Amino acid sequence: MLEIIRMTVNGEPVELAVDPRESLLDTLRQRLGLTSVKRGCEVGECGACTVLVDGQAVDSCIYLTMWAAGKHILTVEGLMGPNGELSPIQTAFIEEAAVQCGFCTPGLIMTAVEIVGTGKRYTREELRRLISGHLCRCTGYQNILNAMERIVEEAYKKCGA
Amino acid sequence: MGIGSRIPRVDAFEKVTGRARYTDDFQMPGCLYAKIVRSTIANGKVLSIQTDQARQVEGVVEIFTCFQVPDIQFPTPGHPWSVEPAHQDVSDRKLLNQRVRIYGDEIAVVVAKDPLAAKKAASLVEAQYEEYPVALTPAQAMEPGFPAIHEEKPNNILAHSHFQQGGVPFEEAAAQPGLSLVSGTYQTQTVQHCHIEPVISSAYMEGSRIVVVSSTQIPHIVRRVVGQALGVPWGRIRVIKPYIGGGFGNKQEVLYEPLAAWLTLQLGGRPVKVELTREEIFSCTRVRHAIEFQLRTAVRADGRLMARKFTAWSNQGGYASHGHAIVANAANGYRHLYQDEQALEEDAYTVYTNISSGGAMRGYGIPQLCFAMESHMDDVAAAIGMDPVEFRLKNCMRQGYVDPGTGITCYSSGLRECLEKGMEAIGWKEKRLAAKDQNGSLRRGVGMAMFSYKTGVYPISLETASARMILNQDGSAQLQLGATEIGQGADTVFTQMAAETTGIEESQIHIVSFQDTDVAPFDTGAYASRQTYVTGMAVKDTAMQFKKKLLEYAGWLLKRPQEELDLRHGKIVEKTDGSPLLTLEELAMNAFYNLERSVHITAEATHHCKDNTFAFGACFVEVEVDIPVGKVKVLKILNVHDSGVLINPQLAEAQVHGGMSMGLGYALGECLRYDAKGRPLNGNLLDYKLPTAMDTPELEADFVETVDPSGPYGNKALGEPPAIPVAPAVRNAILNATGVALNRLPFDPQSLVETFTEAGLIERREAEVHV
Amino acid sequence: MYDIQSFYKAANVKDAVRALEANPQAVVIAGGTDVLVKIREGKLAGRDLISIHDLPELKGIFMEEDGTILIRPCTSFSQIEGHPLIQQKLPMLAQAVGQVGGPQIRNMGTVGGNLCNGVTSADSASTLLAMDAQLELEGPKGTRRLPLREFYAGPGRTVREHEELLTAIRVRKEDYEGFCGYYIKYAQRSAMDIATLGCAAYLRLSPDKTHIEQLRLAYGVAAPTPIRCGKAEQAAQGQRLDQQLLERIGEAAVSEVNPRTSWRASREFRLQLVRELAKRAIAQAVVKGGGEIHA
Repeated sequence: MLEIIRMTVNGEPVELAVDPRESLLDTLRQRLGLTSVKRGCEVGECGACTVLVDGQAVDSCIYLTMWAAGKHILTVEGLMGPNGELSPIQTAFIEEAAVQCGFCTPGLIMTAVEIVGTGKRYTREELRRLISGHLCRCTGYQNILNAMERIVEEAYKKCGA
Repeated sequence: MGIGSRIPRVDAFEKVTGRARYTDDFQMPGCLYAKIVRSTIANGKVLSIQTDQARQVEGVVEIFTCFQVPDIQFPTPGHPWSVEPAHQDVSDRKLLNQRVRIYGDEIAVVVAKDPLAAKKAASLVEAQYEEYPVALTPAQAMEPGFPAIHEEKPNNILAHSHFQQGGVPFEEAAAQPGLSLVSGTYQTQTVQHCHIEPVISSAYMEGSRIVVVSSTQIPHIVRRVVGQALGVPWGRIRVIKPYIGGGFGNKQEVLYEPLAAWLTLQLGGRPVKVELTREEIFSCTRVRHAIEFQLRTAVRADGRLMARKFTAWSNQGGYASHGHAIVANAANGYRHLYQDEQALEEDAYTVYTNISSGGAMRGYGIPQLCFAMESHMDDVAAAIGMDPVEFRLKNCMRQGYVDPGTGITCYSSGLRECLEKGMEAIGWKEKRLAAKDQNGSLRRGVGMAMFSYKTGVYPISLETASARMILNQDGSAQLQLGATEIGQGADTVFTQMAAETTGIEESQIHIVSFQDTDVAPFDTGAYASRQTYVTGMAVKDTAMQFKKKLLEYAGWLLKRPQEELDLRHGKIVEKTDGSPLLTLEELAMNAFYNLERSVHITAEATHHCKDNTFAFGACFVEVEVDIPVGKVKVLKILNVHDSGVLINPQLAEAQVHGGMSMGLGYALGECLRYDAKGRPLNGNLLDYKLPTAMDTPELEADFVETVDPSGPYGNKALGEPPAIPVAPAVRNAILNATGVALNRLPFDPQSLVETFTEAGLIERREAEVHV
Repeated sequence: MYDIQSFYKAANVKDAVRALEANPQAVVIAGGTDVLVKIREGKLAGRDLISIHDLPELKGIFMEEDGTILIRPCTSFSQIEGHPLIQQKLPMLAQAVGQVGGPQIRNMGTVGGNLCNGVTSADSASTLLAMDAQLELEGPKGTRRLPLREFYAGPGRTVREHEELLTAIRVRKEDYEGFCGYYIKYAQRSAMDIATLGCAAYLRLSPDKTHIEQLRLAYGVAAPTPIRCGKAEQAAQGQRLDQQLLERIGEAAVSEVNPRTSWRASREFRLQLVRELAKRAIAQAVVKGGGEIHA
């Protein structure tokens, strides 16, 4: 039996009928077509399905959609500017060659959004810890950390100025 | 632009915006979901299956069992097909199997309207078995009287190969006076690829044709195998390969595409998706073969290798997959990198067991070999008191070497320079010295290992690739290939190659990333680090033809001899001074619409590659070992590679990082474990220890750029090599730090504590085994 | 999609208790990181879920009048780790919950769930055990309080009745004032892992910082449930801080624990860790307290 829930997804209010057994991952992919949200393990181990719920990174595969009622959900689809311009985080991922197969990329970018959102400065070691909920087999995390370090620094300087 | 530039990946925008479409993003309306029913034993025979209860689950459309599938055995590895029956891959499985050989073998399949119904119904299917004993290792499977896992191989030995060179038997050469004899047994473990995108494919029909969408490295091979498995003419199969979330060799295998295709055929063409869970991927797709090596070496006091003997047993698991090719490749690699003055004897066995089937995985037997060989070479160097690097340089392959077994020639070698760079960067001499006589619980050491790696599969198998370029009205061009982007950056470097050779800028070359076998030129796909070398040559040939056609048309249009013209930075120019004459857009609009002469300018070339070359490299590591708790901290790690000319240095570095990380996982913790019944114990991403960012040190990549005369742009293998030398380098660094030689992978904490206890570095306390 | 029979969002604690009382098959779900995984595995498949996910009355961290720190059970690990009260008064707890899973799991998982699932490996459990944490459970008959050390009934089992909810976790002032502590999570990976062994050393130094006044030593995975090592604690009381003392404490701890052999780790290996981590955790705790270990 479906239930109606309301939430905000990528800045837009959404009202939709969902099955209470759905994970947020199911809902975002199947009902809203937000295919940046990737299914990798279904148990919160790989981080490929990471989205922000009220600004906090969660594994959407182990988050029931019913819990999202009234909340703000952000996925990579919601990051681009009004004219299709990339966010600085996305640009950093491209320029630092932090992308390979791309399957972990959207989730990592969402974690980056959460990190940058704190406005704090982090050391490289702290950043390692902050991205440790994402598994990546292609990059050894090296260029991902380079991209993270760069955007955190950019954001910090912007805030500081 | 062109070769050597650090342009961003051509697919990066799609990937950072989440728009890049992977197989699961191509879901057809009305798609049905398949869930495989898997055997709950690892060795035996299905006697009967009951599906009545499962059929009661709401949403179930159909259930098929192993008693209903076509009686066709088919091969699964992503090899080019061989027209000689003796060289064809082993066909040893059906779509669903009555004779089960691994825990989780496919015995039935449920198709339902939603994934949950399929899962529930699958759990309600019951089966009765005749059970046989379970073999986890080659030794168990080779025991006299152990039942045949495949009736075609009564002793469970899938294959045995022997190689000998030097004219003298090993024993005779080794018996000469004045030689040191060193022997060792080295064991590698079962590991899994862990691509983050699951194994997934779907199939539907268009008219009488079957369309398969799959996360694969090898779309053209998938088409062939689907045809073979179903007994359907190959032209009726169309395979589409979208972006893929990593493969690492597991998707150089035709896994569930034939099943998906067969299901849609049974269900009137309705779309059916087969997506595996992570747990199924671990136990039921492919793994890296665990191999045991016994190595014996006779060496002269001055460090010259006189004779070596190599014996290896490869754990194949339940199905042949790539089979003997893996350990055979290891045997070849042992022969290549070091040369013996007098004798080399090699025996390699591949043995069926009841664990997950071994297949292709980044490095194809060479990471296993490199662990054994490079551990052994350190042991040999130590036995004669020689510096390990000096010892290696004395015996290693040199430019001009020709492998007597295959004819593969070493056209270029930067190996010595790789070692020099590595030694310098790590501070080899000082740190080796400083490592002596430590006695605390924290000890440091440095170690290294090196490798050679072939580029592609010639002459073991066919090497063929083709490419096509098509001019657009605006002067840009499409580049179509059968070779695949799997994350390694292939599309980007192919674009750079085409830009280099045509003179058209990268931004004006639109590579068609998705392969659709209906339109993509033939290519066998992404494996063996072959694409930049083999497909690269096809791109180069095509681009040369394309440019020639453009210049011919420009000559006609400008009424000039084409020899006086050139194409540079997207413009037709004077060859002599580069002054612009015509834009490509002007040229293209004429070529399309000129009333006098309309030509649709395209070019297509096949490159049948009959050459091969060696890439080289080395890894240098500094570790700190925390002895009482068995932890190894990597303080510094550096890979130096000779992969010839780098097409895109930034992507090359990124590729090296990923390989190093995979190598560190191999060294320090990854291991797929089984219980005595053959059930995987840790087939999930929590219990299988894939390194996280916190487990990964800073990864340094460096290169020695030789220009290989056989490569299309001086380039040679790079995709797989970075994963190869890391584990033995770590092992040799731990040896340097602690004096303890670890000959069994992985070096997980418990193994280390046990080994250090045996070695007397940790006090043994019998008393505490109280009850 | 999860195999769930029904999903009920409790309006408040009383409502949740009522719902539990009405349905003996129902399962409480808070952060979901554990329950949903078990549903997928089939262990809790087909059950009725009672969600306390967003109940405001079960969230938050407060200081009570007498200085007791009150942690509501549905507070997430990251909220605990980042909370000023925890960082000031219970830094070892912040340190421990900061090592649970990975960042996303810490944003979702709750300390109450970590305790109520009853597992010995829970990073918050050994830590709170060292702090002599007090629990409050609410059921149909009202609330009851009990110390955490009486909460565990066996591996994966607690004394929480089916129709009870954990509603508060308290650490009294006398259990944190003057204490310094250090938690070591020993696992194969540095993130996304469960402890092979967890060791919480919690102690009070003498005013001149040369002696241990009181030691509390707790382990996870050293026994079927999180445990304290009474003999080791006694062995430390009033003793001068030196290497020999650490050795004695380590030996005493080894005699009190009872780890098991599983495919994840052998009993022998865990015993080696019990000894070694006791020494290391105490040494680190002493450093946090401004003391040092004499040779």
